[in-house]
Amino acid sequence: MPDTGLSLESVVIRQDGRTLVDISDHIAPGEVLTVMGPSGSGKSTLLSYVIGTLSDDFAASGRVILNGRDITDLAPEQRRVGILFQDELLFPHLSVGENLAFGLRATVKGRAERKSQIEAALDDIGLNGFASRDPETLSGGQKARVALMRMLLSGPQALLLDEPFSRLDTERRDQVRSLVFDRARAKGLPVLLVTHDHADAEAAGGRVHRLSD
Amino acid sequence: MRTLFAATLATFTAFAATAEPDPTNWDAVTDEARGQTVYWNAWGGSDTINSFIDWIGMRVNEEYGVTLEHVKLSDTAEAVSRVVAEKTAGKDEGGAVDMIWLNGENFAAMKRQDLLFGPWVEATPSWANVDVAGKPAVISDFTVPTDGLEAPWGMAQVVFYYDTARLETPPKTMADLAAWAAENPGRFTYPQPPNFLGGTFLKQALIEFVPDASVLQSPVDEADYDAATKDLWAFMEDLTPNLWRSGRAYPQNESRQIQLMADGEIDVAISFNPNEASNAIANLELQDSVRTYVMDAGSIGNASFVAIPYNANAKAGAMVVANFIMSPEAQAMMQDPEVWGLSTVLDLNKLSDEDRMRFDSLELGIATLPPAELGATLSEPHPSWMVKLEEDWTDRFGVAQ
Amino acid sequence: MAATCESHSARARFLPWAPLLTVAIMVGPVAAGVLGTLTPAFGFLPALGGHSLNLQAFAMLFDWPGITRASILSVTTGFVATCLSLLVVSMICAAWSGSRAFRVIERALSPLLSVPHAAAAFGLAFLIAPSGWVARAGSPWLTGWDTPPDILILQDPYGVSLIAGLVVKEVPFLLLMTLAALSQIRTVQARQTAMALGYSPVSGWFKTVFPRVYAQIRLPVYAVLAFSMTVIDVALILGPTTPPTLAVQILRWMNDPDLSLRFVASAAAVWQLLLVIGALLIWRVGEYSVARIGRRWVMSGHRGGATRSVRVLSLSAAGLSASAVVFGLLGLFIWSIAGFWSFPDFLPQGFSTRTWMRHSMALWPTISETLIIASVSTLIALLFTLACLEAEERHGLKPSTRALWLLYVPLIVPQIAFLTGLQTLAIFTGVDGNRTAVIAMHIIFVLPYVFLSLADPFRAWDARYGYVARALGASCDGVLWRVRLPMLLRPILTAAAVGFAVSIGQFLPTLLAGAGRVQTLTTEAVALASGGDRRVISVYALTQTAVAFLPFAIALILPAILWRNRKGLRHA
Repeated sequence: MPDTGLSLESVVIRQDGRTLVDISDHIAPGEVLTVMGPSGSGKSTLLSYVIGTLSDDFAASGRVILNGRDITDLAPEQRRVGILFQDELLFPHLSVGENLAFGLRATVKGRAERKSQIEAALDDIGLNGFASRDPETLSGGQKARVALMRMLLSGPQALLLDEPFSRLDTERRDQVRSLVFDRARAKGLPVLLVTHDHADAEAAGGRVHRLSD
Repeated sequence: MRTLFAATLATFTAFAATAEPDPTNWDAVTDEARGQTVYWNAWGGSDTINSFIDWIGMRVNEEYGVTLEHVKLSDTAEAVSRVVAEKTAGKDEGGAVDMIWLNGENFAAMKRQDLLFGPWVEATPSWANVDVAGKPAVISDFTVPTDGLEAPWGMAQVVFYYDTARLETPPKTMADLAAWAAENPGRFTYPQPPNFLGGTFLKQALIEFVPDASVLQSPVDEADYDAATKDLWAFMEDLTPNLWRSGRAYPQNESRQIQLMADGEIDVAISFNPNEASNAIANLELQDSVRTYVMDAGSIGNASFVAIPYNANAKAGAMVVANFIMSPEAQAMMQDPEVWGLSTVLDLNKLSDEDRMRFDSLELGIATLPPAELGATLSEPHPSWMVKLEEDWTDRFGVAQ
Repeated sequence: MAATCESHSARARFLPWAPLLTVAIMVGPVAAGVLGTLTPAFGFLPALGGHSLNLQAFAMLFDWPGITRASILSVTTGFVATCLSLLVVSMICAAWSGSRAFRVIERALSPLLSVPHAAAAFGLAFLIAPSGWVARAGSPWLTGWDTPPDILILQDPYGVSLIAGLVVKEVPFLLLMTLAALSQIRTVQARQTAMALGYSPVSGWFKTVFPRVYAQIRLPVYAVLAFSMTVIDVALILGPTTPPTLAVQILRWMNDPDLSLRFVASAAAVWQLLLVIGALLIWRVGEYSVARIGRRWVMSGHRGGATRSVRVLSLSAAGLSASAVVFGLLGLFIWSIAGFWSFPDFLPQGFSTRTWMRHSMALWPTISETLIIASVSTLIALLFTLACLEAEERHGLKPSTRALWLLYVPLIVPQIAFLTGLQTLAIFTGVDGNRTAVIAMHIIFVLPYVFLSLADPFRAWDARYGYVARALGASCDGVLWRVRLPMLLRPILTAAAVGFAVSIGQFLPTLLAGAGRVQTLTTEAVALASGGDRRVISVYALTQTAVAFLPFAIALILPAILWRNRKGLRHA
């Protein structure tokens, strides 16, 4: 398997003897792999396995290699894998700016430096001056953009998407979807998208892996 | 756990190094007492008494450098329990209770179980002024000899108080009481035995109804109990249905009766303190139409004592405090109706002119009888009578029908 | 594999032991204490001359004329109080769930939790006594009474006023527990489905929601039953005297100068424990019967009606119990500033601040002592609880229902059955007569309540916040301190307030562990209450209530201030 990108080597996830996921694939930087399947088919468990939060209820095996590093046994915070869920999950007790600061890598030191990076990030997504806002007062689309930015600020080397657009209305969905894929491509991140929506798969434009029932 | 054990052992051995204070060497006692903290376990249900105890604390601190802490009890037995628990656990030194305000059954029980320190009382300087001859109750608590194990500090005498606004002439004999109660049901009650005052009411009635009073001085099993108490129980059977709440509920101690009278629920009540009514009136707890009286047959008197547990931590300090309580200054303060109004244990004739003046200048409370009208005190029956009476009472009236 | 946590710090190594330690704290002392009480019951107490095991104490116990009455009284008052409280709470939920009035009812009843039992009992006693406020309000113009009637309301032999005093405090407690349980069940869907099928809201609720709710609040109900049967301070104020309830009688025997009665007291404590266990078993059997009847009722398809009457009934019950406490406290307040106040005056003849002034000097050190003890024990209880819950999370230690029972042990075993034994142990190890001993004792009782308050909100927290945070580079500890705990601020403060209130109200543990050296508001209040002066009693009862209410107020105000700009947490 190549040295860059995200590799899934014989990842098998079972529950109660039933095989939910069985996949071996490689996602190159900037590429999107869409995993599709009906509800309850266990597609989210694959994402849990990759970021390292899979519950003990499942039996899983297989290796996950990211940019040449075997991350299968690492703690989630050491894997450098970002994830976006259906709900934006912006921390309600922190302001928008503080949410972004949470994501911003600790390697960026100095209050001034961090502050300017956050401002720049807000500028980037068109939310200038939103730093001290209550996340709950943002619209769905704005929240999705902040969530994306928060994740990107942590400098991930791969991006996992767990049906992140399904909560948005159609108009927003297109906007946010393109934003996410553009950024991923720009940063050269391999993207693993889990969805049941065909439109997402089409917009992703990459390969599709279907989970059997 | 082991370190805790070791630490405990070490502490105990350290205490063992100090010998018990010798009351006959009073100077040494006073020296040792300086700097000690004495935990005086005393009933805390009366504001009046609590203030008086605070005053004592202030004075002993000034005079002797002793810190007095008043541990307020809702019942003397809490302190007794404490000492028993410590003895059970083998804590024979450094106990939590330094001094207890007690008398009667509590004292008898502690004495019997060897839970008291002493004898020490007769070695204190203040003992010289105590009226042993005129007030035999100061060395005989419930006919149980004190043996110098407890120091008397106040004389109590049974009185009754009534609301003159509702009752012109109060009943002065037990028979009159029963008759009056029959005509005015629900206006009299007494604390539920085994409360000390409740038991005293029974004793007071027994003295009036017993055919031959001399049998009361000996233990109850030496007498024909049934013959002696026949009239008493007939009286009680007669009285009980006419009591407050028809005898189906009772106040639990003497102070609750004050609230009952203030609320207008009862007209007559029994008390151990001739000054209690005056005090309550002064405290705005009782209407000012209340007055005190004694029964024609006389009234039982006894003394309040303080004793020191065998394992007390600050024995010297406790002795110093007890000594101060028996001093003329403290006794006069105590007898002052504006403070508490409890009668002194001292013989005024033995005092210097200066000290006697303290007492002479005291004014009586509005509801307090002058000493002459208080009459002579009747002697207490043997404690075993009280135990039997209370048991019998519980059997007959303790469970409402 | 589950999300692993880096465990380098000593704190992290302690974490997996937290649940075991917590259980040990709660069960250990109780077990030791019960043993220490069992031995005197069977005649063995060398300090008082009991050197052999025998059944004499039990013989004397059953010889006491009041034993049958007192035992029956304990059981019946416990049952009736618990049933009544449960009924009122269920009716309130059934009739008002989901409506705006529900929030109002909840908001009105929650603060009542902070009123200490004794204070509520004193207030109620003054309200309903024949010479009490209600009678005074109507005399003499309505009732024609010049002097109070000789009616046995307070301390009545059937324990009715005792039941009333218990119910007014148990309704808010059970309501709180029920609300917590409701938030975990999808009640909205259940109710809507039932109504769509034609059931009236009330019977729909009882048929669909109640069984599931009850499964969750079963243990709190047991705790309420045990408490009602063994309560001492409320029974002293409102309960009968001829004979008293068993718990009060045990205290009397403990306090009797005749030291041989200590053995009888221990025997009675053992008997009390057996009664509680028996009552719990009977209740359990009752659950089955009710379940069977209920199932038959469900099968009958009866749609029910009578929503309006249940609404009115439940609202009146809630209103009545809340007013009893509120007006009781008001009455106490007036007493605290009253001059002479007799029947039938509705208000005192004169007012004076004398009682407050007299006690203000003594109050401050007592208040600070109470606060220190409550703060430390609550803090330690919180630490253990959070450690347990976090350990559960990190190491997948899911507690079984068995483990939940252990949590309730200190709440179900009667205090008097194990506290004396514990006291002996405390003296023996030399850790007694000081604040540390009292705090240690308090933790035994504070910990279950704090755990129960905090467990559900803690577990109900959306774990995905944690996943996101970890993907963003936060460690397990980071997630806990930077995300989870801040988001759980309100439940934590509420749990702390509950723990505070529990600690403030403890009487026997403080008395026994503190050896009279440690004075809290409650020990002082009970001692002064023995004197009967309503003014003094009121000063202490009110101070007790104020001090207990403070943390609840903080739990309400602090999040409101901190989260004033955070809509997402305003209704957490």
